[in-house]
Amino acid sequence: MATAFSSIGVIQNPHCESRSVPSRKLYSAVLGSTQKFRFNPPSRSISGCSETLGKPSPIYAISEVFKEKKRKSASSSSGLLITKEEGLEVYEDMVLGRCFEDMCAQMYYRGKMFGFVHLYNGQEAVSTGFIKLLKKEDCVVSTYRDHVHALSKGIPAREVMSELFGKTTGCCRGQGGSMHMFSKEHNLIGGFAFIGEGIPVATGAAFTSKYRREALNETDCDHVTLAFFGDGTCNNGQFYECLNMAALWKLPIVFVVENNLWAIGMSHLRSTSDPEIWKKGPAFGMPGVHVDGMDVLKVREVPKEAIGRARRGEGPTLVECETYRFRGHSLADPDELRDPAEKARYAARDPIATLKKYMIDNNLANEVEFKAIDKKIDEIVEDSVEFADGSPQPSRSQLLENVFADPKGFGIGPDGRYRCADPKFTEGTAHV
Amino acid sequence: MERDPCVCVMGEDVGHYGGSYKVTKGLAEKYGDLRVLDTPIAENSFTGMGIGAAMTGLRPVVEGMNMGFLLLAFNQISNNCGMLHYTSGGQFKIPIVIRGPGGVGRQLGAEHSQRLESYFQSIPGIQMVACSTPYNAKGLMKAAIRSKNPVILFEHVLLYNLKERIPDEEYVLSLEEAEMVRPGEHVTILTYSRMRYHVMQAAKTLVNKGYDPEVIDIRSLKPFDLYTIGSSVKKTHRVLIVEECMRTGGIGASLTAAITENFHDHLDAPIMCLSSQDVPTPYAGTLENWTVVQPAQIVTAVEQLCQ
Repeated sequence: MATAFSSIGVIQNPHCESRSVPSRKLYSAVLGSTQKFRFNPPSRSISGCSETLGKPSPIYAISEVFKEKKRKSASSSSGLLITKEEGLEVYEDMVLGRCFEDMCAQMYYRGKMFGFVHLYNGQEAVSTGFIKLLKKEDCVVSTYRDHVHALSKGIPAREVMSELFGKTTGCCRGQGGSMHMFSKEHNLIGGFAFIGEGIPVATGAAFTSKYRREALNETDCDHVTLAFFGDGTCNNGQFYECLNMAALWKLPIVFVVENNLWAIGMSHLRSTSDPEIWKKGPAFGMPGVHVDGMDVLKVREVPKEAIGRARRGEGPTLVECETYRFRGHSLADPDELRDPAEKARYAARDPIATLKKYMIDNNLANEVEFKAIDKKIDEIVEDSVEFADGSPQPSRSQLLENVFADPKGFGIGPDGRYRCADPKFTEGTAHV
Repeated sequence: MERDPCVCVMGEDVGHYGGSYKVTKGLAEKYGDLRVLDTPIAENSFTGMGIGAAMTGLRPVVEGMNMGFLLLAFNQISNNCGMLHYTSGGQFKIPIVIRGPGGVGRQLGAEHSQRLESYFQSIPGIQMVACSTPYNAKGLMKAAIRSKNPVILFEHVLLYNLKERIPDEEYVLSLEEAEMVRPGEHVTILTYSRMRYHVMQAAKTLVNKGYDPEVIDIRSLKPFDLYTIGSSVKKTHRVLIVEECMRTGGIGASLTAAITENFHDHLDAPIMCLSSQDVPTPYAGTLENWTVVQPAQIVTAVEQLCQ
């Protein structure tokens, strides 16, 4: 009997042999072109699903799909992976992310924002690649490294910057801060400080989508949830518990791992027995995909499939994006442990430069157009700082306002009135 | 669940099994497997899932098969359930109900006999209620489900077999109010959950001895109903708290502080608080009985207080 350690890398699952035929059909639905990339791509000798596994959960390296598409479209008229319009939109979003984060660093060192600030430089391809393919009603759950996810999802830069400055015009009225970006309008449900704790919340949002469709009979409800988290989180129990539940109930969720190889100072390889995170998907019955997260064109191909899968009710996908953060873990991190050669290697794969080069080489756009976008973004970011600077600090009356959705929760005071009826409550001076 | 299709139940064995204490019996047959969801054994994650569902429009009722298991969900309850309404600047409400049986049962051993109300009470943004009779269980449950706030509803393992005639017509109780169980003049006895029955048993003895205790079931563990409690203190001037929580950091400790702070001038004697011993609940029946407050101790305490 083949074991997980066999170099052939095929697991025979005796329980599922009878279901081999349906699995073939599902693979075609997932991948479009069917026969080539289901199992054990030659570049990897991994233990994975085989034809005899009833559970339809293909492992494939996305670079295979990407190459195939490239070959296919080479024969089509344009032969390109992206249109000019899409390309410029993607470029603009990534530059917004980069520029914004650079401005955050400046503002932090100038004493305009405090606490823990985690910047996203270098990982823009993942945020843009995934979030730009969502609808407004789809939900995104992020971590403490959430500024750029917020921007990609559509929260105005002004509101994010104000939130970072702790001003009342921030997206969370200044009450959340860098690590807790929320927006009901744009369906960004956090912003979480502890790693892993957003994943169950994302699973809940996906559950709501399924519930709407099936229990509330809103048959056109096909909202998808994306959960972003890092490599460190993939050793946490909540990750595995949610992979199980999402696959079990076929929830419309995509788990996006931003593997930047480092959890503060802990290298992924030093903390993880099997560092290939994408392989953990099939263990739970969902596809596991690995993609080069430094190249937005490659990244984009994955959500097209994964989000489609979720919308059709076929269940979750686990995507591992190989990416890198150019700065330290947070602005308080001296970043002394990482090898400069490693940093240089990834800097050479800067997602913004890579996209720009592709578009110029393929005559999709020219320098002038890029410069115009750069200038536009500069103005947006400058404006957001001005706006945040000029916005008011929260007043005392804001202190007690949002503790409860129903302020009766503060209870009944000694005088028999609900505490929230006490004017000191609205002034914020009451003691609760 | 019939009135509002967004109300759903999630927990271990709530569906096909009908709940480990049969609280959700028959619901899965009536409402289906999605509205009465049998979860895998992953408290932290399914509680978090309930929170995410509440944030996106549903009204989940999450069951901890035993309240003690919710210790595994502490991360989600503390960080997300209580805090996210505030942290999001009021954008997301979390109308979730987290409920389950807790308290000391009959020789269930230390880990199944925990009282989590003391651990959760500091979490900002949540309300906690404890039911003690079929009447208030129904009323508080409805109120908790309809509330916009996250509510933790504490049931007790030994109270599920109580029988009581309750009204046919719909009624909803207030989450923030205490219940006057027995009006009296000599001493205010504050209690909740199972200890209410020990108090009432002691009350019979006390009445025979000529005392007139006022018994209040505080029901709302967070926030305290300081009006009902205060009115009583102003009348009797003596307070005895009888609870099943541990001595250290329990609900009684908080209540003592709240009463002292607000009604110090009205007290003729220091507040007495009878709590469980700070001991992991032993298995042996005799030992278990000694960790929990018994009616005889309540009688003695009242006699002492009224000297």
